[in-house]
Amino acid sequence: MMRFCRLPNRRQVLAGAAATAATLAAPSVLRAQSSALKVGVLLPRSGFEAGIGQDCQRGVEVAPAILKSLGLPDLAIMDGDTESNVDTARARAERLINDGAQLLIGAFDSGQTTAIAQVAEQKGIPLVINIAAAPDITEQGYKFVFRNFPTAPMILGSAFANQLELFGIVGAAPKTVVFMHVNDTFGTAMAKGIGVVMPKFNMPYAIADEIAYDPTARDLSVEVAKAKAANADALLVVSRLNDAMLLTRELVKQRWTPQAIMSMGPGWYEDQYLKTLGKLADGPISFDPFQDPNKKLTKVLQAALAKSSPGVNLSTNQVYTFEALLIAADAYKRAGSADSKALADAIRSTSITDNVSIGPGIQFNAKGQNDKLKDGTLQNRDGKLVTLAPKEAAEAKPEWPMKPYQSR
Amino acid sequence: MSFDVYLNVAVGGILTGLVYGLMALGLSVVFGVVRVVNFAHGEMMTIAMYLAVVLFSQFHLDPLLMLVPIAAVLFVCGYALQAGLINPFITRPEHSQFLLLVAVGLIIVNSLLIIFGPDARSVQTSYAYDSFQIGSLIVDASKLYAGAAAILLAALLFAFFRFTLTGTAIRACADNYTGAQVVGLDVKRLYALTFAIGAACVGAAGAIMTLIIDVTPMLGPTYTLLAFVIVVTGGLGSMPGALLGGMLIGLTEAFAGLLFTPSAKSMFAFGILVLVLLFRPQGLLGKRLA
Repeated sequence: MMRFCRLPNRRQVLAGAAATAATLAAPSVLRAQSSALKVGVLLPRSGFEAGIGQDCQRGVEVAPAILKSLGLPDLAIMDGDTESNVDTARARAERLINDGAQLLIGAFDSGQTTAIAQVAEQKGIPLVINIAAAPDITEQGYKFVFRNFPTAPMILGSAFANQLELFGIVGAAPKTVVFMHVNDTFGTAMAKGIGVVMPKFNMPYAIADEIAYDPTARDLSVEVAKAKAANADALLVVSRLNDAMLLTRELVKQRWTPQAIMSMGPGWYEDQYLKTLGKLADGPISFDPFQDPNKKLTKVLQAALAKSSPGVNLSTNQVYTFEALLIAADAYKRAGSADSKALADAIRSTSITDNVSIGPGIQFNAKGQNDKLKDGTLQNRDGKLVTLAPKEAAEAKPEWPMKPYQSR
Repeated sequence: MSFDVYLNVAVGGILTGLVYGLMALGLSVVFGVVRVVNFAHGEMMTIAMYLAVVLFSQFHLDPLLMLVPIAAVLFVCGYALQAGLINPFITRPEHSQFLLLVAVGLIIVNSLLIIFGPDARSVQTSYAYDSFQIGSLIVDASKLYAGAAAILLAALLFAFFRFTLTGTAIRACADNYTGAQVVGLDVKRLYALTFAIGAACVGAAGAIMTLIIDVTPMLGPTYTLLAFVIVVTGGLGSMPGALLGGMLIGLTEAFAGLLFTPSAKSMFAFGILVLVLLFRPQGLLGKRLA
C-alpha cells in the first residue's frame, strides 16, 4: 500500500524553520532571566572596618524585595569578607570568581577595592564599586570596572561648596582648622585632593596643621594633643569608624570642644558611632555623598531598613550598596544574559533616574565613573542624622558652634 | 608649641609606657631564670584581655578589680604550660624552643578567632571618659589608674624576688643552675613557678590594658614584638630594665607623634632598639643584672 503525503511549500518551510528557531532560542533567554545572577558582594565584614562593612550589609539585606517590586530579576548573593585587608580582598575576589560569581560588588575601602578591581579586570568579570573614592581606580582604562560613588576630588568639591553654604546660613566661619586624616589609600587621596581643590574655593579658613595617622591606631591621644596645640577653631577630618570614636573619646578626655567637627569621610555619621557614644556623638557635621530624602526610592529603602534593622539611620553605606545591586539587576535585565561582556556593556549604558542618592541619577562616563553625583550635609542631633544641605533637602538649621562635651 | 603640650604628652607616654613595662616584665622574668624567650607572650596577654572583656560584659566587673583573679588564672595556665610542654625543651636548641612557642602563639590566636571572632572588643567603664586637671596638666583617668596599678604590681614582684625564700631560690636558679641543683633546689618546679609568675604578670598587664585599648585576637603578635623590643632595649633578663624600656618606648612613641608624624611612631620605637643594639647590645640595664 502506498502512502501519499503533501509536501510543504517553501513559505511553510521558512515559517516552520523560524518557529523552530524561536522555540529553541526561547529557553536560553528564559533560562538566563529565570536563573538568578550570581553576585559576589565583597565587604569588610570583620577587622577594623567591620562596623561599616556590616552597615553596608544592611543595604544588601533589604535589596531583594525592593528589586523584585521594581520588576528586576533575582540576584543570588555570594558573601565575601575582605577582613579589612587588601591582600584578603584580592584573594576573596579570586575565590568568588572561581566559585562562579558573574559580577562583583564592593568593597567600601579604596585600597581593597583597587585590589579587587585588578582581579575583576584580569578575569573579565564586571565590578560595580559601591563605595571607594580614590580617583585612580577609574583612571586605569579598565573595561569591567564601574563606580557609582564620587571620587575624592568630587567629594571635596561638593564639601567645600556645602561648607560655604553652611557658613552663610550660620553667619560664622572658622578662621583656622586642623586637618586630621587617616593615612590609607582613601585618606591620602583626600589629602592630596585638598591641595588641588581647596584653592578653587574661596574658603574663609586656613589649615593650621595637618596630622596623618594610622586608621588601625589604638591610641590617638598624641594626635589629639597635637591638634589641640594648634589652637585652631575647628577640626576638619577624613577618618574611618573606629578612629572617629577614638578621636571623640580623646577630645572629651583632653577637654577640647572645637567650634565644629567637619568630616569629609565616613565614621562620624555611622550608626555605631551614634549608638556607642550617645550624647557625645552629637554635633559633628558630615559632608559626604548621602541619600536624597525627597526621592521616591529613598522612602522605599528607608521603610525597608526600618523594618529589617529598627532604629538604624539610613546612610551612605546602605544607600550606595543598595544602588550597586540596583545597577547589577538593571544591567542583567537589559543584557538578557549573564555573559560578562554583555553585562559590562549593559552597565556602561545604564540610565537610572529613579534612584536614592543625591544627583540626577545613575549613569557612567567612558571611564566607568558616575560623574554626576553630589554631596549632602548632615549633622548628628540626638542620635539621629538631620540634613542641612542641599537647600531643597534641608530638614533643620545647623547647630553652631558645637555644644561643649563637658556640659552634656 | 607650649611647654604644657610637651608635659601632657610626656605624662601620657610615661603612663602608657609603665603598662608596656609591666607586660614586658613577664617576658624578662621568664628569660632571666628559665632562659626561654616566650614568643607567645603577647598572645597570652590577649587571653587575659578577653577574660577582662567577658567578665565586664557579662557581670560588669571592673578590670582593675578583676586584675588579681585574671592574673591567678594566667598563673595556673603558665605553670601547666611550663611543666607540661616547655620543660622538655629547656635543654633543646633555641630554634626548637622558638618554634614551639610560636606554635603555641598561633594556636592561641586562632582559638581566640574561633571563639570571639576578629572584631575589636572593649570595656566601657564608668570612668572611661574621665580626666584629672591639675593646672594645665590633663591626665587621662584610665591611664593614671593603669599606670598606678603597673607600678604597684612591679613593686610587689620586686619584693617577692628580693624578700621571700621562693624568690631567692628562683634567683639562685637564675644565677647558677648547677649550684641550685647541688644545694637541693627543685629546679623544675621553680622553673614552672617562674613561668607561672611571668604569665601572671602578663595576665595583670592584659587586664589593665583593656582600660587603654580595644582587644582583637590579632593583637597578640604585635605585643609579643613590642615586649621583645622593650626587654631588649632595657636588657634581657633585667626587671628594672623592662620597666625602663617600657617607659622609654612609651615616651619615644608619644614624642615621635608630637614632633614628627604620628604615622611614624613605631618607626622611632624600632629606631631606639637599633641604637641600643648598636651601642649597648646587652641593653640599657642588662650588664648590671645579667
